[in-house]
Formats: sequence, C-alpha cells, structure tokens
Amino acid sequence: MFTLRDKYAIAGIGETAYTKNSGTTVLNLAVEACQKAADDAGVPVEEIDGIVSYNFGDSVPAIGVATALGIPNAGYAVDFAGGGNAANLITLTAAAAIEAGLAKSVLCFRAMNGRSGFRLGGGREFQARGITQYTAPFGWITYPQAMAMWCRRHMIEYGTTAEQLGSVAVTFRENASLNERAMQRERITMDDYMASRFIVEPFRMLDICLESDGACAVLVTKAEHARDLKHKPVYIMGGAYGGGPNQGEDLFDAIRWPDHSQNYAAYIADDLWRSAGVGPSDVDVAEIYDCFTYSVIMQLEGFGFCKPGEGGPFVASGAIKRDGSLPLNTHGGLLSEAYIHGLNHVLEAVRQLRGDAGPRQIADAEIALTTAGAMTCGSAMVLRA
Amino acid sequence: MNDFSKPVPVADSDSAPFWEGCRAHRLMIQRCGSCKTPRFPPMRTCPKCHSTETEWFKASGRGTVYSWIVVQHPVPREVYGQDVPYVVALIDLEEGVRMVSNVIGLDPHAIIGNMPVEVTFEEGQGGVVLPKFKPREA
Repeated sequence: MFTLRDKYAIAGIGETAYTKNSGTTVLNLAVEACQKAADDAGVPVEEIDGIVSYNFGDSVPAIGVATALGIPNAGYAVDFAGGGNAANLITLTAAAAIEAGLAKSVLCFRAMNGRSGFRLGGGREFQARGITQYTAPFGWITYPQAMAMWCRRHMIEYGTTAEQLGSVAVTFRENASLNERAMQRERITMDDYMASRFIVEPFRMLDICLESDGACAVLVTKAEHARDLKHKPVYIMGGAYGGGPNQGEDLFDAIRWPDHSQNYAAYIADDLWRSAGVGPSDVDVAEIYDCFTYSVIMQLEGFGFCKPGEGGPFVASGAIKRDGSLPLNTHGGLLSEAYIHGLNHVLEAVRQLRGDAGPRQIADAEIALTTAGAMTCGSAMVLRA
Repeated sequence: MNDFSKPVPVADSDSAPFWEGCRAHRLMIQRCGSCKTPRFPPMRTCPKCHSTETEWFKASGRGTVYSWIVVQHPVPREVYGQDVPYVVALIDLEEGVRMVSNVIGLDPHAIIGNMPVEVTFEEGQGGVVLPKFKPREA
C-alpha cells in the first residue's frame, strides 16, 4: 500500500493545445508541456533530476525529453509501457523515487500525436502472434471493440441501458462547453446521443473518446519543497495500482478475467481509500477515466460510489453533474476535452483543488479523485488542496 | 472480401496443438498434467499448481455466450468492409474455459446473453481453420 500520505505534492502543471493535427513532433509537444509545468511551479529546469512517462510505442523516451529540456542529469528517467492505466502510476512512482533518494523533483508527462500520428483506436498490428492469435483472427482488434464486450456483460447482468451511457456523454460535453481547451465544446442532447451511429454495438460514436495530439505534464516534489514554490501545493493523499489476478498478457487481453462487469477498480479500491485515509463520501470532485462512457460506470461501482449494478442508475440520476453529489470530469474528460491518456484528468484535479477552474470550478473542492484505466489494470490517486 | 489481409494466427510452441486440432475439426484444449485444471490460452506452466506437465483433450464444443459485440464500423475498412455487421463473442466452454470467437448462422440481433452455442469450423486462407460457434438446442 502507498504509505506516503501528504508527504509529496504536485507543484506544477503544464500542457499544450489539444488538436487534431499539432503540426509538430511529439518531442516538441513533450518539451512544451514539461517546460510549462516547471515554470508553473517556479522550479528551474536545472534543478529537475527525474522524468517519467508511459507510452504504447507512440511517444518519445524520457531521456530524449530530458536532453531537449537541458536537464543536467536525469537520474530517474523511466518509460513505462502502458496506456491509460499508467497516468496515476507514474505520479505515484515519482513520489516513491524521491522518497528512495533517486531524485528530488520529477516531471511526469504523456505526449502523443494521437490523431495525426499513431492512432491507437485504429487497430492493432495484423501479425496475430502471442496472445493476439486468439483474438485478432476473429476480427476483435480495436479498443472500442474490446470495451464494448465488457459493457455488454454489464447489460446482461444488470440491465444497464443506452440512455444511461448517454447521460455520461451528455454530462461531460456540457462540462466541456465551459472549457476553452476542450476539443469538443458543442453541447449534445440525449436525442443527439441516441441518433449517433453504432460503431460497435452496444457503443455508438458518442460513447467513444476523442483522438488527440497533445501533451500534459506535472511536477512532483516533496511537500515541504512545494510549499516554497509558486502555487498552493496539491498533496498526494493516497494511491493504488493494480487489478488482481488474471490481468492478461497485454492491456487488450481479458480472456481470463473472471467478471467483465467489474474492472480493476474493484481490486484496488480498498488500498486506495486506506492509503488516503478517506472514503468515497469525502470526495468533492472526481476525474474518472472515460475512454468510453461505460468505463465510468464500472469505476464508480468499483471504487464504492455505488453498489455493483447501480452505476447506470447513478449516472442517469444527475449525481455526476456539476451541481450533483459527485461532479465528474469537469473538464469534459477523454470524451470531450482530449485523449491524453488520463494525465489531463490529473491536471484538471489540480486546477479544481487550486480553485483555478474558472467557470467549471466546483465550490470548496478540497479532495479530488483521479483514476486511470478501464479494463484489467489501472491506477488511482486521492489528491487534496 | 479480401481474406488475405486478415490477421492470420501464428502458431507457437504452446499453441500449435490447438491450431492443429482446428485443422482436424477438433477443439483441443490444454490442461495441467498434474492438477488437471483446464486452461486457455495454452502455456507451459500451470498458474494454479505451477507444474509444467501439460496434456490436451478434445472439448465437447458446447458452450454459452458470456458476452458479445456487433461490429458495425469496419477497422480497417478495406479488410472488414464486406463483413460488417459481424459478431465477436466470449464463449464459456462447458469444460470451464473462456475463448474468443465469432457467432455465426443467425441474425446478430437475435443473440441473447448466456445463449447455448456449439463449435463449428470455418476454413480460411492459408490453410488456417478457425473455431466458430453457432446456436444449439439447450
């Protein structure tokens, strides 16, 4: 269990514009976001000695970014192989690395040309080797196809409906309409949702997140260091990573997963809340990994905001709106702001806890949950002002 | 239909008996030679008892639909454009393992959860035979 409650903080955040075509390299995007995070904190790049990221072979190595930024000695430079599951994991390991003496200030970034370059949603390689030999030959190839299979099982077991999925899409787009950085800001109605075409049943176009070019970065330091910097620190209360047994041979593989109506969240929730010393009822705002509408429902159940099977009615009740009991994805999420693999959720949580979220600000937000991942493994953090 | 662009399973040291079985229209499943626990996909070491003894048996071919999707948007279009809509399903075999396949021989929208199915074999390009599933009487 993560045992560093309140000892580390996010001291700076940075990001690029989110676009369909950045017109520049992934390296430049990464450098821009990292430089902005350092500047936001007021930490000279020369004082940064750690840099960590995650990618699917679609980004640039941490040492490359350290080199381009002019970091004198990146002593903790690590690239995780991962997708959305890793967004909080890298931030937690930054704290762990500092605690172990491997670094003092660590940049955590995610950078990609996810629309103009390598399109993750466009399918996987067509060499059906390894675990893929049991999936791809049957035309089971893309992540929307993968997650739709999980969603159907939830529908079989609990009667979850299209309208319930749609309430997630409509709510997050409403939030994005207040976010000038969001790629999709035009409000949608339930009729718009129901009229959007099926991509892979039960998913319609509006159940599926965006594809984006862009980068995000956060700077993690010791809490006492963060208190001397430019912004009010956002403290890491707790966190967890994992997903129990049978996580599979890669992020797509869930053949041996026992129950597709629940995901990683159900396995890491206890560790998460114990590490933070708070529970679901203490959360003021949550940024939940929404690569698909349905992944939100599974995580709300898994993290204990409602019981298994009640996620559909919960999201449809209005509880997840800005004026509801649990405001979710105030930036619009992966569905409407941008798909920066969940690190943009961490940036939004920091803004909310600083009180810097402008028209999207949740009043008196003191504790935020950020989650990352949708299927068999994932990570989550509890942050506080 | 451009069959030759579809992903072709590449057999390896663990999976070769499975794909050989398919060519002979036999659904072969691996189990631990020590604790006899069936497993899919096949691999050398039993995750339950850690034995590396393995054996194979012919499954009944009967199972149920654990979950399914109906692919409407082909990715990539040049490969699957003429196949949509098609069904991909997770099939629970009665021997206790789950596998991925296609459900064929019925309207995709007639599928219901936990529906009984049985294996059938479809020949594809390059000598590859894929195990697929069709409805059966319960």
